[in-house]
Amino acid sequence: MIDQAPILVVIFPLIFAVVTPLLGWWKKDLCYPWVILALSLSSVCSIITLKEVLGNGVIHYHLGGWEPPWGIEYVIDHLNSFILVLVASISLLVAISSKRLVEEENPDKVVYFYTLFLLQVTGFLGIVATGDLFNLYVFLEIASLAGYALIAVGEEHAPFATFRYLVMGTIGACFYLLGVGYLYMATGSLNMADVAQILPDIYSSKVVMVAFIFLLVGVAIKMALFPLHAWLPDAYTYAPSATSALVAPLMTKVSVYVMIRIIYTVFKPYYSIEILPVNLILGWLAVIAILYGVIMALRQVDIKRMFCYILIAEIGYMVGGVGLANRLGVTGAILHIMNDALMITGLFLVAGAVVYKLGGHNINQLRDAFKKMPFSMAAFAVVGLSLIGVPPTCGFFSKWYLILGAIEAENWIFIVALLLSSAINAILFFKIVEIAYYGKASHAHNGDSHGGNTIDEAPVSILIPLGVVALAIILAGIFSGKIVSGILQFAVPPNL
Amino acid sequence: MFDFIVGKYNYWIHIILMMIGFYAMMSKRNLIKKIIGMNIFQTAIIIFFISIAAKRGATLPILEHAHDGGEHAIEAISYINPLPHVLMLTAIVVMVATLGVALAVVILVYRKYDTLEEAEILKKIK
Repeated sequence: MIDQAPILVVIFPLIFAVVTPLLGWWKKDLCYPWVILALSLSSVCSIITLKEVLGNGVIHYHLGGWEPPWGIEYVIDHLNSFILVLVASISLLVAISSKRLVEEENPDKVVYFYTLFLLQVTGFLGIVATGDLFNLYVFLEIASLAGYALIAVGEEHAPFATFRYLVMGTIGACFYLLGVGYLYMATGSLNMADVAQILPDIYSSKVVMVAFIFLLVGVAIKMALFPLHAWLPDAYTYAPSATSALVAPLMTKVSVYVMIRIIYTVFKPYYSIEILPVNLILGWLAVIAILYGVIMALRQVDIKRMFCYILIAEIGYMVGGVGLANRLGVTGAILHIMNDALMITGLFLVAGAVVYKLGGHNINQLRDAFKKMPFSMAAFAVVGLSLIGVPPTCGFFSKWYLILGAIEAENWIFIVALLLSSAINAILFFKIVEIAYYGKASHAHNGDSHGGNTIDEAPVSILIPLGVVALAIILAGIFSGKIVSGILQFAVPPNL
Repeated sequence: MFDFIVGKYNYWIHIILMMIGFYAMMSKRNLIKKIIGMNIFQTAIIIFFISIAAKRGATLPILEHAHDGGEHAIEAISYINPLPHVLMLTAIVVMVATLGVALAVVILVYRKYDTLEEAEILKKIK
């Protein structure tokens, strides 16, 4: 059982997803506990895998017993076992919160929603677990296709936003596939470790160079890195609340993980530093993404859209950390994958609670929200402090590593962008708090303050995951030293 | 120069097809035309993969009587490479699924805006 854990992490949601429509056809109410069961099992397996990796080192799992260069291989090392736990547990939390949200927003599509939900989680987990380039493409498309369908059932303009996302996402996936094709032409292999071994001899080849660029551009579209981000705000704003809480934190983080794998595992680090100056370009794009993201966030009056732009800025942090190409920077980037996944989940869960209780995601709807929904807004305050980077929360520590890495790389402009974005995040946060706490900035003619001061909190099924996320943000901050010394120092590519 | 164009004609076809698809996706204003462009784009990649599997004078990778006379060595040079074919079977499935989702989304768009012209939809959103 234990040695099958790496594959079970992925298999559980997949098998359960196949059964979900049948179960829903028989009894609709069973879907929700079924999904929780699937994701709990998957989370348990991912934790077992992490323990196994920490105890006995890297796991190589051969699917169907085929030897690596021919068969598909799952390679679980410190980096992806850590991210597997993160993805599995966050999707479990979002699944718990989704009950009332789905019943409210898509009452007649509950069964299909949960089927696609599980398929999407399968895609995320598969991307993280696999050690095979083409297998990664298949999982990327499973995750994306499930995501398109989940987003399309959202609010008014969701279908058109989804269409744009679909076209962009398909271009991204095709570029990735093309990159894999070029690498296969050059090396004759699809296994990441095998490719990594063959490649150094042919680094001067133009085919390899084009493959590298195609792979990175494809992944950059999927993660919405700055010039390729245009699909993200619309798609995630109009998506149903439960969907945006699942897709927004995970799709982007998983793509950043793939980028780290391509730059530092499939290719040797010196390729992107010396032969093709990709890290330099990524560094600049990250700076622009951060500044653009926070400045656009400042302009928004729709909180979900504001969170989307914050997400674009946060992607800049991680890509910037990857682009620094030193141990501290990459440690910061990986730590920020975890912290940011927690923070963005928190933000979109709050947005879900606000939509559920106050009926919309315009910022004015948040008036007096602190009095009506004290627990949700307290959780929001924790997330906000973490976004600004106030010490006990986890946001501070990943920023600290990123800044240390930037100092080591003498990339001063990145430090300026980080500090400036923290300042603007503070403005954003206090702008929301001002409205939600003091009830200012609303139009006076809207005099419907009926029972505005009584507590009318979001349902428990949303509050519990939200509380867990808020707690996790603080705990991840307090124990970040332990996380870095226990897991991440082995997760950073060794030859940096 | 002649060799560069004619000798590598499979890559040229792949690039031209891909660019046609890309152009349609970027600049056509009708959503269905965008989807058709998307399909051409994906097909181009499939053609690329299939063409790199081909070898001159090679045959299909099916071994005759492999189960009883499996002792003799297999000459890889006389069989075309089956692996890209298998990969593309998966890619075709992905492509069909993408097409299905895209058409479903387009139906939703049409129900909402009563048109599939991007400019008119944008006007209605504003």
